[in-house]
Amino acid sequence: MAPAVQIRGLTRRFGPVIAVDHVDLEIPAARIFGFLGPNGSGKSTTFRMLCGLLRPTEGSVQVLGHDATQEAEALRRRIGYMTQRFSLYEDLSTEENLAFIAEIYGISGRQRRERVESAVQEFRLTRLRSQRAGTMSGGQRQRLALAAATLHRPELLLLDEPTSAVDPQSRREFWESLFDLVEAGTTILVSTHYMDEAERCHRLAILDRGRVAAEGVPKDLMRDIDAAVLEVTCDHPRAAQHVLNQVGEVRSVTQLGARLHILVDPATPEPERLVRTRLDAADLQASVEATDASLEDVFVAATRRPLETAS
Amino acid sequence: MMRSLLRIRAITVKEVRQLRRDRLTLGMVVGVPLMQILLFGYAINMDVRNLRAGVADQAVSATSRQFVRDIEATQVVRFTEQMNSAEELMDSLRRGEITIGVFLPRDFDRRLNDPTRPAAQLMVDGSDPSILNVARQILRMPPPRRQPAQPSAQLFELRNFYNPERRSAVQIVPALIGVILTMTMVLFTSVAIVRERERGNLELLITTPVSTVELMLGKLMPYVLIGLLQVTIVLLVGRWLFDMPFRGRIVDLYLAALAFIAASLTLGLLISTLAKTQFQAMQMTIFILLPSILLSGFMFPFDGMPVVAQNIAEFLPLTHFVRLVRGIVLRGAGIGELMPAVWALMVFFTVALSLAVLRFRKRLD
Repeated sequence: MAPAVQIRGLTRRFGPVIAVDHVDLEIPAARIFGFLGPNGSGKSTTFRMLCGLLRPTEGSVQVLGHDATQEAEALRRRIGYMTQRFSLYEDLSTEENLAFIAEIYGISGRQRRERVESAVQEFRLTRLRSQRAGTMSGGQRQRLALAAATLHRPELLLLDEPTSAVDPQSRREFWESLFDLVEAGTTILVSTHYMDEAERCHRLAILDRGRVAAEGVPKDLMRDIDAAVLEVTCDHPRAAQHVLNQVGEVRSVTQLGARLHILVDPATPEPERLVRTRLDAADLQASVEATDASLEDVFVAATRRPLETAS
Repeated sequence: MMRSLLRIRAITVKEVRQLRRDRLTLGMVVGVPLMQILLFGYAINMDVRNLRAGVADQAVSATSRQFVRDIEATQVVRFTEQMNSAEELMDSLRRGEITIGVFLPRDFDRRLNDPTRPAAQLMVDGSDPSILNVARQILRMPPPRRQPAQPSAQLFELRNFYNPERRSAVQIVPALIGVILTMTMVLFTSVAIVRERERGNLELLITTPVSTVELMLGKLMPYVLIGLLQVTIVLLVGRWLFDMPFRGRIVDLYLAALAFIAASLTLGLLISTLAKTQFQAMQMTIFILLPSILLSGFMFPFDGMPVVAQNIAEFLPLTHFVRLVRGIVLRGAGIGELMPAVWALMVFFTVALSLAVLRFRKRLD
């Protein structure tokens, strides 16, 4: 199957700032493709170029066989875009918002009523039919936004940080809906800075400062991580962390309660012994063992800095 | 085509729904015309009467007393203070107790016969321009004594067409339709697109197949109806409260109003594409509104303005509408006789809409 999206040498500058820096990606059809990265890594800018809202400074984007910049209007009918910020009308109800979006996409009369009705059922909005969007919770708004974005049955769905204002339960349900859509043949692009969300994607690109730092199936990315992953358990984790930060081969130390999660340069022979020796030298009792990498480790290994999720 | 109409209708319906829930805007639809017509109709009164005046009559002769009575008979002034000297009059004038002072010197009677010297002195508080006008009225008064040598006191007989009672309300109320429409139409639409941008709706809208023209026309539709409603309110209130005459055809007035509403709405839309925030849109609206009120001929006669001001005024839709509405309502002219003003409004509509569409990009960069 032809890829749904082909991105070649995509670059976008805002004055002196390079938001997206020579990105090459191929996104397969009927899959969920994730963009993982901190704020400012270029996720939103890439999305906006994909749906023709921004023109690339360099490079090209082919979406569903169209040039996203030149043929943006032709693409509009085939793309659904869920903005990061809730962008439906807060002073309109669920049904009014959906009916409006349907008509904007040229769906009218009986077909419109059927589509709205099935969307209301599918996204569990029955009890919110006549409630205004402004009075809904984050999770409810998000279901409404997804219902609106899929009303015209788009082939490609762009979701820009869809679950940033949503509780974990709603997030789980949201992803169930996404898998239903993929099953029906929709290609979904989702940007996120949540690890658990990124892990659910079929494929993943890790973005850092506008560049693709790593790309692949999440499981492969974790397996093929470019670092040795160790776990240290000890009585004085703060002191141990201080010691390990001084070691050149140690790339990062993350504390998880009483444990320390450590990434060591993959070129190091016997990383466990290195760590144990250093801790012994500092008179710290600790157990050190190899462990499986998480997606966060992949991110840290690829970008050489931790993922800032906050703000 | 069908889809295009469907989309325009969708935007209109959405706009009406939002409008219905926006109490403040809804209140303005009816509140602005009512408030304006009452304010302007009652407060603006160009016929000045009963000004507080003081008199210092040092002559105390039969002639001088007659002269004072003559002045009072005009009803322009009302003598509230009797003074003894010019100094006292000046003091009173400065304190604002009187706005006009009449000083008749001791030798008033003799001066009346002396063509080289004025007989009396009129002191005027010139800080108010309308009072100065009144003073001119008094200046034109004939001297109190019959002078056989003098020819007919009046050279011209004045015939006042279309507003024989010289009531300000008659001139003000029809043109007020235009002021009210400028205020509400430009204001409503100037925030229309900015608001969607501020609330984030626009980022969604521009990823849909809706075109710029569809979006703009759909947004304008409800306001056309609101505008016509406001015209009706002003006409009815003008009739009931101010007894405003209506000499032309009502259809002509609504056609003229339609052209003016279209021009005002697109002007607002243009502002909306220029402004970054709703606040900026408001500021720009006021920037249009003030010259409209001052230069359009609504407040001051158009022909009396300097040429520069007249040229600026030609670029304001209200100027053309004031000509239309006064022609139709007061002079009974048909819209066919006033076509230049109608064309001006049409050109205005076309140019403003084109500029707005060109300004608006379905992109974020």
